[in-house]
Amino acid sequence: MNGNAQFLVLNPAGPVARIELHLIVVSIILVLIIVIPVMLLLAYITRRYRDHPDNTAPYMPEWSESKLLEIIWWGIPVAIVGILGVYTVYDTFALVRPPMKSASPLTVQVTSLNWKWLFQYPDQGIATVNEVDIPANRPVQFVITANSPMNGFWVPQLGGQEYAMPGMAMRLWLEADKPGIFYGHGGNFTGRGYAKMAFHVVSRPQRDFDRWVKLVKQSSPALTQSGYQQLVNAQSNTPTLLFSSYPAGSFERTIRHQGGMYMQRDLSIINADR
Amino acid sequence: MAVTKEDAWGVQARSQTTGSTHDENELRVAGFWVFLATDMILFACLFATYIVLRGNTDGGPGPRQLFDVTGFTEETFILLTSSFTCGLATHVMHEGRRRALVLWLSVTALLGLLFVGLEVSEFVRDVSVSATISRSGFLSGFFTLVGTHGCHVSLGILWMGSILFQVMRQGITPAIARKLTIVGLYWHFLDVVWVFLFTVVYLMGVM
Amino acid sequence: MLPHYWPTLVTGDPLIYGADASIGLVSIAIVFVLTYYKKWGWLWREWLTTVDHKKIGILYLIAALLMLFRGGVDALLMRTQLSRPNLHFLAADHYDQIFTTHGTIMILFVAMPLIFAMFNIVVPLQIGARDVAYPYLNAISFWMFFFGALLLNISFVIGGSPDAGWVSYAPLTENQFDHGPGENFYIMALQITGIGSMATGINFIITILRMRAPGMTLMRMPLFTWSALAASIVVIYAFPALTVALGLLLIDRVAGAHFFSMDHGGNPMMYANLFWIWGHPEVYIVILPAFGVLNEVFPAFSGKRIFGYSTMVASFMAITILSFLLWAHHFFTMGAGPGVNAFFALASMAIGIPTGVKVFNWMFTMYRGRVRMPMPMRWAVGFIPNFVVGGATGVMLATAPGDYQYHNSYFLIAHFHQVLIGGTIYGMFAGMYFWWPKMFGFLLEERIGRLAFWLWNVGFYVTFFPQYLLGLMGMTRRIYTYPAGMGWSSLNLLSTVGAVIMGLGFLFIVWNILYSVMHRSELRDVTGDPWNARSLEWSLPSPAPHYNFAVIPTITRRDEWWEIKKYGRTEDYRPQPGEIQDIHMPNNSGRPFLFSVAFFVVGLGFVFEWYAVVILGFAGVLAIMLHRSQEVDDGHQIPADEIRHEEIALGRL
Repeated sequence: MNGNAQFLVLNPAGPVARIELHLIVVSIILVLIIVIPVMLLLAYITRRYRDHPDNTAPYMPEWSESKLLEIIWWGIPVAIVGILGVYTVYDTFALVRPPMKSASPLTVQVTSLNWKWLFQYPDQGIATVNEVDIPANRPVQFVITANSPMNGFWVPQLGGQEYAMPGMAMRLWLEADKPGIFYGHGGNFTGRGYAKMAFHVVSRPQRDFDRWVKLVKQSSPALTQSGYQQLVNAQSNTPTLLFSSYPAGSFERTIRHQGGMYMQRDLSIINADR
Repeated sequence: MAVTKEDAWGVQARSQTTGSTHDENELRVAGFWVFLATDMILFACLFATYIVLRGNTDGGPGPRQLFDVTGFTEETFILLTSSFTCGLATHVMHEGRRRALVLWLSVTALLGLLFVGLEVSEFVRDVSVSATISRSGFLSGFFTLVGTHGCHVSLGILWMGSILFQVMRQGITPAIARKLTIVGLYWHFLDVVWVFLFTVVYLMGVM
Repeated sequence: MLPHYWPTLVTGDPLIYGADASIGLVSIAIVFVLTYYKKWGWLWREWLTTVDHKKIGILYLIAALLMLFRGGVDALLMRTQLSRPNLHFLAADHYDQIFTTHGTIMILFVAMPLIFAMFNIVVPLQIGARDVAYPYLNAISFWMFFFGALLLNISFVIGGSPDAGWVSYAPLTENQFDHGPGENFYIMALQITGIGSMATGINFIITILRMRAPGMTLMRMPLFTWSALAASIVVIYAFPALTVALGLLLIDRVAGAHFFSMDHGGNPMMYANLFWIWGHPEVYIVILPAFGVLNEVFPAFSGKRIFGYSTMVASFMAITILSFLLWAHHFFTMGAGPGVNAFFALASMAIGIPTGVKVFNWMFTMYRGRVRMPMPMRWAVGFIPNFVVGGATGVMLATAPGDYQYHNSYFLIAHFHQVLIGGTIYGMFAGMYFWWPKMFGFLLEERIGRLAFWLWNVGFYVTFFPQYLLGLMGMTRRIYTYPAGMGWSSLNLLSTVGAVIMGLGFLFIVWNILYSVMHRSELRDVTGDPWNARSLEWSLPSPAPHYNFAVIPTITRRDEWWEIKKYGRTEDYRPQPGEIQDIHMPNNSGRPFLFSVAFFVVGLGFVFEWYAVVILGFAGVLAIMLHRSQEVDDGHQIPADEIRHEEIALGRL
């Protein structure tokens, strides 16, 4: 990787991260409209009006009001916040929709555990730990929860974070528009093993993805109910794992059991998927 | 210019300003109002918590199974009456009637005690049917909200007891009048909180 | 009787043993010195029982600087651990404890006492009062803060520190995941200190609204006092939410309730809401007084009126109100839905407007003035670029979709350190240098002060600018180590170097204070107005006599003292012998101290779940309250003659 490529947020690999980067750039430009003049003005004023005997600059100790000036500096921030606000609201609503309507989305169920990430593919019937494989150029609907203290699901190059909350089903749309391996990490502290809760998103062309699914189904072990419980209870980090199947309904049960049963919205999200 | 100067800093204005500029008793009553504002927010947060959790019974007993209409109606009646007698106490205090003051203050404290007793017996009854604070989110919210109010009332009773003792020893001094005003504010405030409790927790619970 | 986690009470870590030993030695040394010089009586009479706002302010300041040292050491330990990838200097458990105490201490036990120090030292003098509205309560506030801080700090020695971050989000802090006494220490320390803060808020609201000298209308009030009023209003409306959040968490932990637990119908997100309903206003509580200090410092050192006084007042009030409408921007990523996120994003950007206006007003206070650059002004001018960049990154964080990428990354860390250090700490240091002569009667030496400032200022940028970049590289907060090959190593090393430079800057500030104490006779302020400043406190000698004003002045305009000087009327402004009357002042009392000790006992009881101790502590609290209530007169008269003598000794009669 060259130096620049390490700025993951600035190197988006999908439309969601690109929208976010665009907003970041817009916001930087807008705030610089204030920051740069203020810095220059500060340097100028503190130099020009220094208190030394031969300073010829005007001295007006009683001058303390100017309607015009004050209107200007109430006005400029209002305008900037107004412009940025429009962009922000637009993007906030845009990001809750799938990034692309033409392709049918893939659903991946994400569970934060102490201290690893479990990914379940309801349509493929497979499960993985600490690695999530997705087809490129196809929107992916991540439905996120936690069977652990709350965490955050963050893949900087694909797009922003969504929390993993016990008892809640959180939806995050992401899409990779090229094949690649992307770094991801937990976004909210969950205890001793949190620092090592990194995972990888592996994006490949649809055909390779299908082949990979088939391979996992054939060659990987099954995740049994007791294996699932072991993962939940282990309180440790885990290497990448692949499973050809997982206990049916474990994701929904986890959410219901931890308070999802009281939340209409979350019930509707998990029911809509099934 | 010299003339304006004289006007602006004239000695006349200064001479009226020596000595204390505020009344200590009035100051403390003002501060207590601000305290009540903080206490109101405390209760608002507890109410919000209760409202969020009230459906979360985890398969355990809910409001309908636990709340006893006669019981909480009695509690309400007793506490409202105590607020009235507390008002009477303040009234006779202004008239300087010390013995009447002792009487009404005692009645108020006793009614408060009765209220707390009923609440404790309600809690004991709940616990005896395994409806404990650790049973469900709903019960955690219920016991904490109602219990916090109960603790406030208990503290108020102790407070009144202390003032009663002072009235009997010192009579009605300005300082004691101030203390009575403040404890009266506190008592009426708790009454108002109870009205909300009665409505949000009990009435809406059994309806 | 012993709790189930008894074996963990004394951990086997050599760092902890070392700390235990050094704390023990220092304590023995302090006891020895006090006994040897027979200072126990002095300590009790002059400091532990004082109700004088000026002394309480000094106590706050000393405690804050001590806590800044502790929090700073925490920071350096963390930066050392992160200086290289895969270091084993600190283990995960230990690192988790350190970032938790670092955050908690810096906000609650550094920033808060610093602002309360300034309130106490300045507000009564600025408004022409002899003390705060409730001096006795004021002493309680300080000692509650002090014993709260003590409780958090002893967690390090016995039982283990809290380790779930300064926000202590449930359900991580529920028994299910974290069952040591550490979290209980956090909860009880914050509860106890929170009671003190709430009392301070009430105290200063009433002091400012009711105790102003005649003629001082609200719109003639110095702007620092305005900032104190604004911050106090935020305190009283915000702190109850913290009390509730922590109280419910405690009930969850000790009584097995289910407010924030994952099962049995608890709701963890509610904790985040309650916490930030306090937590966001809290950051405005600590920044508003810093704005206030700057509002005094810029005019004083520009020889010019503050620009746009009314605008300043309006922006204080706007910030006060808006600060309550932002809390959810701390969890844009918790799935609240686009409508909610959009609302909180807009509100968060909007609060930048009144804040930005202040910056312009400060600069135009200097414009067409005569700018002098002694230490207070240096910190104030250093504040501006810092706060402008911090504010700008704050606006960037407020854009919800942008925040999805910044949330809990080092970008966020850099941002809030920039506004909390570059804002609050710079502002408070400006205030400390500015009012130091008013507190102690001598100035802080300039040369060492300048060196300290530059070390701190350079160290600051070297520490935190790399962290913005690390955030954009995907580095998240609260990780105790990171792998090589992410490209994070060199920037982390740079950040650590900056932290060491800042640490040196702190040591130079300490040296600056010690040096100035030793050379206080050369640095003495004999005028009472060393900076040629503007408000009422500078009309008094330095330090002010314990009754502050022999005669309460009547105020006729803003910047009263400046106008008096301008018209050459300072002689007339001194008290005339005939005007002096007896003054009623509150008595010292040992009860606030003992009351807080009793609360400390309650705290310890809850920490280890020893309910007999809890009951004992509450009995002590109650006994002291009853004792206080039986007191008929808690003040004393100072005869006019005594005041005349004192004013003559001060050369004012």
